[in-house]
Amino acid sequence: MLIQHLNPLASSLFSLLAIVSLLLSFVMLGSRWLNNYLYAFAAESWVIAALSAAVGYYGNYPELYLIAILTVLFRGVLLPYLLWRIVRRLEVSREIDVGLQPSSSLVIGALFVMFALAVSYRVATVFHLELSVAVLALTVMLSMKLIGFLMLAVRHEAISQILALLVLENGIFLGSQILVPGMPLLIEMVILFDLLIVVACFGVLVNYLVTHVGTTSTLALKRLTG
Amino acid sequence: MIVGSLIIAIVAAPLIALLGCLIARRPRISEAVNLVASAISFGCALPLPFLIDGRAILFWNDYVIIDRTAAWVALCTAIVYFLASIYAIGYMRLLKEDDRLFVFYALFAGFGLTTLVGPFMNSIGIYWIAIELTTLVSTFLVAFERVAESMEAAWKYIMVVSAGISLALLGTILFYWGGTFVLGPSYKMTWAVMTGAAPHMNPILTILAFLLVLVGYGTKVGLAPMHSWLPDAHSESPAPVSAMLSGALLNTAMLGIARFLAITRAAHLGQLPQIVLVVFGALSLLVGALFIVRQQGVKRLMAYSSIEHMGVVALGFGFGGALGIAGALYHMLNHSLNKSLMFFGAGNMMRAYGTKEILKISGVGRYFPRLGALWLAGAIAITGAPPFGLFMSEFTIMRAGMKPSFSWAVYVMLVLLIVIFIGFMNHFRTMYYRDPTADTRPDGTLNAWCVVPMWLALVPLLVLGLWWPAGIWNYLTAIAQTLSPGVP
Repeated sequence: MLIQHLNPLASSLFSLLAIVSLLLSFVMLGSRWLNNYLYAFAAESWVIAALSAAVGYYGNYPELYLIAILTVLFRGVLLPYLLWRIVRRLEVSREIDVGLQPSSSLVIGALFVMFALAVSYRVATVFHLELSVAVLALTVMLSMKLIGFLMLAVRHEAISQILALLVLENGIFLGSQILVPGMPLLIEMVILFDLLIVVACFGVLVNYLVTHVGTTSTLALKRLTG
Repeated sequence: MIVGSLIIAIVAAPLIALLGCLIARRPRISEAVNLVASAISFGCALPLPFLIDGRAILFWNDYVIIDRTAAWVALCTAIVYFLASIYAIGYMRLLKEDDRLFVFYALFAGFGLTTLVGPFMNSIGIYWIAIELTTLVSTFLVAFERVAESMEAAWKYIMVVSAGISLALLGTILFYWGGTFVLGPSYKMTWAVMTGAAPHMNPILTILAFLLVLVGYGTKVGLAPMHSWLPDAHSESPAPVSAMLSGALLNTAMLGIARFLAITRAAHLGQLPQIVLVVFGALSLLVGALFIVRQQGVKRLMAYSSIEHMGVVALGFGFGGALGIAGALYHMLNHSLNKSLMFFGAGNMMRAYGTKEILKISGVGRYFPRLGALWLAGAIAITGAPPFGLFMSEFTIMRAGMKPSFSWAVYVMLVLLIVIFIGFMNHFRTMYYRDPTADTRPDGTLNAWCVVPMWLALVPLLVLGLWWPAGIWNYLTAIAQTLSPGVP
């Protein structure tokens, strides 16, 4: 197992990268401008790619270099570009009706991180890993999950919801790089491709929403009830 | 290897149909190609259960598994795909969208392909991808009618299901992580390997991972309270798609839950995983019952009935034992047949009366004597009344639950099934026997494509209700044994 005997430098590097991506998801949580979400997401993807490469280097998993390159290409460049094209076409640049003010969402996000830490610590104690980077990886994974769900719940613009979904995925991806670097390569690659298809589908669907519903705010989607 | 070539045929037929539709771009050719493909898939899936013995057959570096369980679920899927393809020819012509029809059939074949592939995936990661792909393909089928309602349904569908299923991915990763403490950092994440490692995995992590997976795939199955996308997507998509969503997709996702449950049973975690599944099942029945009683839309009625029946299947797997699991699998087959029939009938009525509202449909029995009788028989069957297949399977599941820890769930199930029976029949009374007003006279030109598949669904349903062949019983109990490892 990589995380059980890791040299201190690698351990702190992994921690740093994990924390930075957690911070970037807080940037997304604390803003209401769609462009900020997009840049934060792109930066987060680059950080995760760096993490993949670092894990590959210290853990001696050469295939993770490939994953790092693909992550940069897909998550870091292609996805933000596709989303940027959607944003540009929409003529919506920020969240107008936020369900929860950005400041309050930050506070709730912080509470989520504390909860995630408690859960991770409990899980890691079982494996006697409570002093390793595993706690942090689990914490970041779970808190990005929770933050993503929070964004899904309180943001109404279609593009923010797509980005929230991508934050959910980023969290899992980040955690899996540290916890299970030996996962079969095929699966990670397929998940990356899958993400691309997801975003393409969302792009088409957002177009449909504009044409047939006349808005991209999901607040307008309330015809179907009961 | 005859089994291998059958599997290739099952999967290749819809794939070729998909490409064929995209190349031909003609409505009539597309529908014919799709129909032929579905017939081939069905024809090859039908003998599959007879050809498989106890050993699972693995292909392609163990990424593909052919065992009894997968063959059974694929058979249910292939039946619905075949019936829905016949029905689609009649129904889609009524929509007058001939220019875009080839897109519909390409997507439809793609949907058939992904739902047929899912059960055969042996890696827990690849299985997740297959389920995710079904969502992506079917979203565009839900949105096919391009009106505001179907857009809304499609958006809710992809959003809720993608978010939910990401939890299943998290659970899958945690399962794998738990396995690394037993098997080392890299190993094949197949069902069999996970089941083998489960007894040595840490129980807390396994339970956490299982709960995440259950909520994730439960979203896809439509278990309450994660069901919110289901009524919208089922009611706003074209009727053949509704039938596929309900009869094929839900089973494919349910299979994942059943297999992960088998892993946790190998881990000897006590009854917690089963109890959680039973609670979800009971909750789904409750939600189904409440919304069925006060329902106003005819297709939403069928959608809530799907939630109810997935609840019943969840109860069956949750109760466990030979009776529970065999009952749940038999219920899958019966529900696939019956729900196809119901959605076809609902689609026909929607077209004939030009409305989705129950209150605007009246005099079905008078205007459509034969079709009406057929649909009514289906309605009696779907509420679990004898002499149809669902009665048999529901009764078996109830017998399975008659043990001290789960008997409460059986009573809940019994009461709710009665409520659902009354509610459902009340809606059908409204549609059949209320005096028709002048402005509700239907347009009675339904072609044979729309009616024949309903007969094809009802006849086996009746046969399966009167006679549960010993062969099928033995087959299902054999599956039950493989799905409850570690239980003597």
